[in-house]
Amino acid sequence: MDTVSENQSAQADALAQQGDDIPLKVKLKRAERMKQFKAMALIAPLFLFTLCVFAIPIGLMLWRSIDNPEVVDYMPDTAIELENWSGEGLPGATLTNVFAKDLAAVYKMKKVSSVGKRLNYDVSGMRSLISRTARKFNRHLPENATIDDFIKADSRWEDQRYWKALKRASGSLTPFYLLTAFDKQINDQDQIVDVPENQAIYVNIFWRTMWIAGVVTLATVLIAFPIAYLLANASSKVSNLLMFCVLLPFWTSLLVRTSAWVVLLQKNGVINSSLEALGLINEPITLLFARPAVYIGFLHLLLPFVILPLFSVMKSISPAYMRAAVSLGAHPAVAFVRVYLPQTLPGIGAGGILAFILAIGYYITPALIGGPQDQMLSYFIAHHANSSLNWGLASALGLVLLAATLVLFTIYNRLTGASGVKMG
Amino acid sequence: MTAQHTDPLVRFVDVQKTYDGEHLVVKKLNLDVEKGEFLTLLGPSGSGKSTCLMMLAGFETPTHGDILLQGQAINNVPPHKRDIGVVFQNYALFPHMTVAENVAFPLTVRKVNQTDAKQQAIRALEMVQLGEFADRRPGQLSGGQQQRVALARSLVFEPQLVLMDEPLGALDKKLREQMQIEIKHIHENLGVTMVFVTHDQDEALTMSDRVAVFNDGIIQQIAPPAELYEKPANSFVANFIGETNMLFGEITQTQGAECDVMLSNGTSIKSQNIAGASVGAKTGVSIRPERVQLSDTMPDAANAFEATVVETIYHGNHVRVALDVVGQTDFRAMVRSGNIHADLNPGHKLYVGFSQNDCRALDPMAT
Repeated sequence: MDTVSENQSAQADALAQQGDDIPLKVKLKRAERMKQFKAMALIAPLFLFTLCVFAIPIGLMLWRSIDNPEVVDYMPDTAIELENWSGEGLPGATLTNVFAKDLAAVYKMKKVSSVGKRLNYDVSGMRSLISRTARKFNRHLPENATIDDFIKADSRWEDQRYWKALKRASGSLTPFYLLTAFDKQINDQDQIVDVPENQAIYVNIFWRTMWIAGVVTLATVLIAFPIAYLLANASSKVSNLLMFCVLLPFWTSLLVRTSAWVVLLQKNGVINSSLEALGLINEPITLLFARPAVYIGFLHLLLPFVILPLFSVMKSISPAYMRAAVSLGAHPAVAFVRVYLPQTLPGIGAGGILAFILAIGYYITPALIGGPQDQMLSYFIAHHANSSLNWGLASALGLVLLAATLVLFTIYNRLTGASGVKMG
Repeated sequence: MTAQHTDPLVRFVDVQKTYDGEHLVVKKLNLDVEKGEFLTLLGPSGSGKSTCLMMLAGFETPTHGDILLQGQAINNVPPHKRDIGVVFQNYALFPHMTVAENVAFPLTVRKVNQTDAKQQAIRALEMVQLGEFADRRPGQLSGGQQQRVALARSLVFEPQLVLMDEPLGALDKKLREQMQIEIKHIHENLGVTMVFVTHDQDEALTMSDRVAVFNDGIIQQIAPPAELYEKPANSFVANFIGETNMLFGEITQTQGAECDVMLSNGTSIKSQNIAGASVGAKTGVSIRPERVQLSDTMPDAANAFEATVVETIYHGNHVRVALDVVGQTDFRAMVRSGNIHADLNPGHKLYVGFSQNDCRALDPMAT
């Protein structure tokens, strides 16, 4: 046998040498090239779609959290002079002269409000200061305007902090929004300090978001586990019916479902009157527009997302494991804890992390049925994106949320290994 | 059927089992398992053999009757208190534990301390030649190795009884034969009682002290392997164990334990009257192919006929011949390769002979 195979391999070598001098690896690569090309062509549409509608918009949005175009774009000369200014005392004649001209120009371009708004984020009242000064300089622009001309236009210019704010806003990039998202600011001594207590809200809201999401995730996993177990172990007739019930919420609009909770949970709603009728409570308890409503609404929303991955993992656990454990002398409860439960961990992890990530980003549920003290980070992102139009801050808060998600995901991956997330 | 000498380890008394309340999977089971024996439950799928094993392990409850373990009824003893080791078809090794943790599992749930449990587990693994695999996960082992781990795990807590539910079904032929021998040796060395379920007759014949052949929820015959093969009690057993020729006819004459059978083509055959049937009864006569002699001259046998070769198949150590004889066109004979005394080319005429002892007139099988 050996000699035969040796002969054959010798022949193969000879053939390869006769045919050409191209090494085998290169030939293999060529042969596989078409296959690779086909695979790439199949992926391309999805890849481009994801790039265009997901990666690029998110990237652009996140860019806004450090982007600072207002001063640089509308008052370029002032921006340069602000760079050169030491920031000590009040500014010199060069800067004031350029600034005055730029203000007049900006007024003509009708961009005063956007510059003023940006500066107002840093020092409140600066919007009116800028627009008033710009209006005056537009009407009458002094030759070589000095600091005195500014003070004449508005006495507030005497105060150094307005000039410092202007300098802080002069770069094309700014840490301002990100610092705000962490309740920090740069003071007039160029140090990073906490914002005054009455303005510090976002760190608090961040932890509130994490807490609500954590509680909801835990509760959802606890409730989903037995359901998934039943689904995976019941006869196909029962499990089909149950699966139908689990999926039923997906067929109803989220808004309708959430509004339904308003009906159920309100002061004279079904739940309160039932509890009262049963004699469990004497007077209606506050459920709606409070934390209980948020928990209940989230729980209802997230259950299917936890049940499904848990179910698929449990379905793949053979009942023979439990039988084997019991036959080896383990009490059924011991067998469950030592043999069954550990094997469901990938499902618990996948479902839990999915629920958590969905919960920290969810907006509608707390917005509709929560109170002011139950609003989560996403509410403030929406508020800044839609109402106050402070897109920089909205992006910075979004970045915080994204970072939190990624950190969690990384920790989870470390704990379970890359194979931990199994949805099927 | 039941030997009443010493106390059996396990006794099934009139056990019945039905799942749907209409069909009995196990019809009326009376079976004794002797201490230290290797008993195989053999039968086609759906014959009730696995159900019996699962009732013994405690995963199914008998619908009627009692199962006694050392004289005690265990119908209401939960499986984890029965002290019976079970090896499952797909091994059921716990994938999240190492091999050693798997084997130590029955010890740790019995509150044996960690170090002792570990030591015993390693010893059990060495018994199945897997000592060096202790720290691997089951998923990293081959099928044969997983099988051995499952075996070690079912033996490590020294149960009085080990049940095996088609444990070798997933292995390839060579490995299966090797494991059969190995399990048999372990059985001999430990003296533990083993009840083994299989649908593979070779496995049953190779390994067992006794084999219980199941069909249709009933034990058809329970006997040592040689007796089962040589002296099948009915036509199901004759057909299920090994290969046989069944010749159907009517009994024309009986004389003690012997009888004459008239086949449908008018040929008369001298046979043993196993079923004890009387004249006029329908019967099926079983003749093993290897008991049929082929020769070019008329053999000196109780039954000798002229035959035509239809087909010859070469199997290496033996040759199978299909013959046209006694009204059959597929009468099979088996000749050892070194023992051929006739021309076996198709169409050739020769003589077949078989003794009266090798003909067993059984019940007429319903086919």
